[in-house]
Amino acid sequence: MTITMWTRAATQTQSERLVAEYNKTHKNQVKLTVIPTDNYQPRIAAAAGAKQLPDVFAADVIFVPNYTSQGLFMDITDRIAALPYKDKLAPSHMKLGTLDNRQYTLPHTLDLSVWFWNKDLYEKAGLDPEQGPKSLKEFAQHATTIQEKLGKDGKVHGTFFGGNCGGCYVFTFWPSVWAAGAQIMNDEGTTSLNDQPVMTEVFKIWRELYEKKATGPTAKEEQGPTWTGFFPKGEIGVMPMPSTTLGLMPKEMKIGVTPIAGPDGGESTFVGGDSLGISATSKNADAAWEFINWTVSDQAQVEVMAKNKDVLARTDLAGNKYSAEDPRVVMINSLVAKGQTPFALRFGQTYNDPQGPWLRLAREAVFGDASKVPQLNAEITKSLQQ
Amino acid sequence: MTLTVTRSRRAAHSAPSARWRSRKVQGWLYAAPTAVIVGVLFIAPLVLVGWMSLNRWPLLGQATFNAPANYLKIADNPLFLDAVVFTLKYTAITTVLLSGVALGLALLVQERRPGVAFFRTAFFLPGAVGFAAAGLLFYGMLNNDFGPIDPMLQALGITSEPVKWIGTPNMALFSTITLVIWRFAGFNMLILLTGLQAIPTEVYEAARSDGANRWQIFTKITLPLLRPTLALMLILSVTGSLLAFDQFFVFTNGGPDNSTVSMVMVVYRDAFFRFDLGGAAALSVVLLVALVGLNTLMMRRLR
Repeated sequence: MTITMWTRAATQTQSERLVAEYNKTHKNQVKLTVIPTDNYQPRIAAAAGAKQLPDVFAADVIFVPNYTSQGLFMDITDRIAALPYKDKLAPSHMKLGTLDNRQYTLPHTLDLSVWFWNKDLYEKAGLDPEQGPKSLKEFAQHATTIQEKLGKDGKVHGTFFGGNCGGCYVFTFWPSVWAAGAQIMNDEGTTSLNDQPVMTEVFKIWRELYEKKATGPTAKEEQGPTWTGFFPKGEIGVMPMPSTTLGLMPKEMKIGVTPIAGPDGGESTFVGGDSLGISATSKNADAAWEFINWTVSDQAQVEVMAKNKDVLARTDLAGNKYSAEDPRVVMINSLVAKGQTPFALRFGQTYNDPQGPWLRLAREAVFGDASKVPQLNAEITKSLQQ
Repeated sequence: MTLTVTRSRRAAHSAPSARWRSRKVQGWLYAAPTAVIVGVLFIAPLVLVGWMSLNRWPLLGQATFNAPANYLKIADNPLFLDAVVFTLKYTAITTVLLSGVALGLALLVQERRPGVAFFRTAFFLPGAVGFAAAGLLFYGMLNNDFGPIDPMLQALGITSEPVKWIGTPNMALFSTITLVIWRFAGFNMLILLTGLQAIPTEVYEAARSDGANRWQIFTKITLPLLRPTLALMLILSVTGSLLAFDQFFVFTNGGPDNSTVSMVMVVYRDAFFRFDLGGAAALSVVLLVALVGLNTLMMRRLR
């Protein structure tokens, strides 16, 4: 039997590896379709409306509450309950896959935001290549130093960020707020706290970096698809990056990885990535479960995920023979417990959608008129409650 | 004449009504294929959209009747109201520029001269490129990071730093209109060309022998006789521009800061990002009614 599966391009590599290994070792087969990240939400909506969802689909973990509330995933509470390691599955992914005490998804990939720094550029700029920034203020100093020392010819820049991309802001700025012990939404995901002091300070630090031209000239226009493309070319000193890109970096590049910090210190991360569930309309639920159950098995987690420096969906496997080889991976794995995944039913339309209210707030705060933030924050709350 | 009438009357009297009925059935049978196509492809979706707009319509599961909530919500949708203003502005600018450029191109290649076929083809070629592909093409060419246009302009000394082609609201609109004109001028030129060639050469000859100069010929003969063709082009351009989607969706993504969000983009957002299918259907119905009204008006005025 062949079951169908969809995943988004952002975490394509991990899905492809898992499917290839599964197809090699099992009688059932999985046919994987990769969809551009920007088009994923509309494609799911169109397929659901036409009752043509694949048997299994991965979803950006922050969209999962919305999908489950729309009834797109099949209830797999009883199947999960039978798993011996059910309490060791990545907690934030499990939390977002639960609605009214029923469970709908398993963690598929974990993508954490961390600061990457380029050790060669640090050395050339006279910074200590073995010491990454310990606070957002120090991050800004490092970025500024690299810009001043190496940025003359316009090739190298201190840092970079996706300035016209709502999801990028969320993924890279919010951990600084959490690291300082503050919040950006209430627990129910219905009230925005993006006008509170810590967020304001984080915005201000990034705004100064932009004004000093330490962020690269195209940061303001960056819409998302290419925001991670500059660091691997060796053009950026230090920047927040998705942990899934660590395994994709050029072999010879010397990269340091450190947790995202608040303005004055602390550590946190945005626990992003995908969850995997069986679609509510699937007629092959048993075969679909056999596959998604296998993806969180010891074999798949260690020999497919850990082997490629990916963060594991199970906390009990964090210390394994592969992670021990790379202290950076151990550090990233350890962040899963410290990080957060924000919960909101209306997350996508509020924060990810380019026409949503969050992107306007972030852009005013970083490039425009910061005094508009309180008013725009009210727009976010309105969108969260719609 | 009289003879035919009396004969047919007599036939109607004498023939049994069954034969008349069979002719009626025959007529229906002839019309049936078209009727089915029109029904399935045009009427049914319209009725469905109308019905959706009166319901809360979830992605999966049962719809619940909630009229007129979806329509009332529109007044509370600032993004849509902004999009209406923007789309009208875009339509006005595009239609004027597009008509001008297309007419200019058509006049350039109107007469049969050596090499004219080459230019006709060259002008029309962009019309063969899909809108999404054209959007990506422009996005790639004008990209500040890897596009070839900025380095070329800088090498020629025209600009000193990368131009923010889609980085500011005005430039984003300008770049998109350039894309649309590039894509559509050739197509509209073709429409105008057929109109130009339908003007009898005798009229021109008569005008010339009366001593009319080129400008007089253009304003007194070409333009008035081209009126029906211009009207067709205007209706196509206005309707197309009001329904603009691909160019903004692919090229500017509505940005920067929602400055290039068209009406159809809001419909798309409501349907596929907010999963509010009923609300999106209501927006579509409003858009449809406005378009039908506008087109009726234009047909009347331009005929």
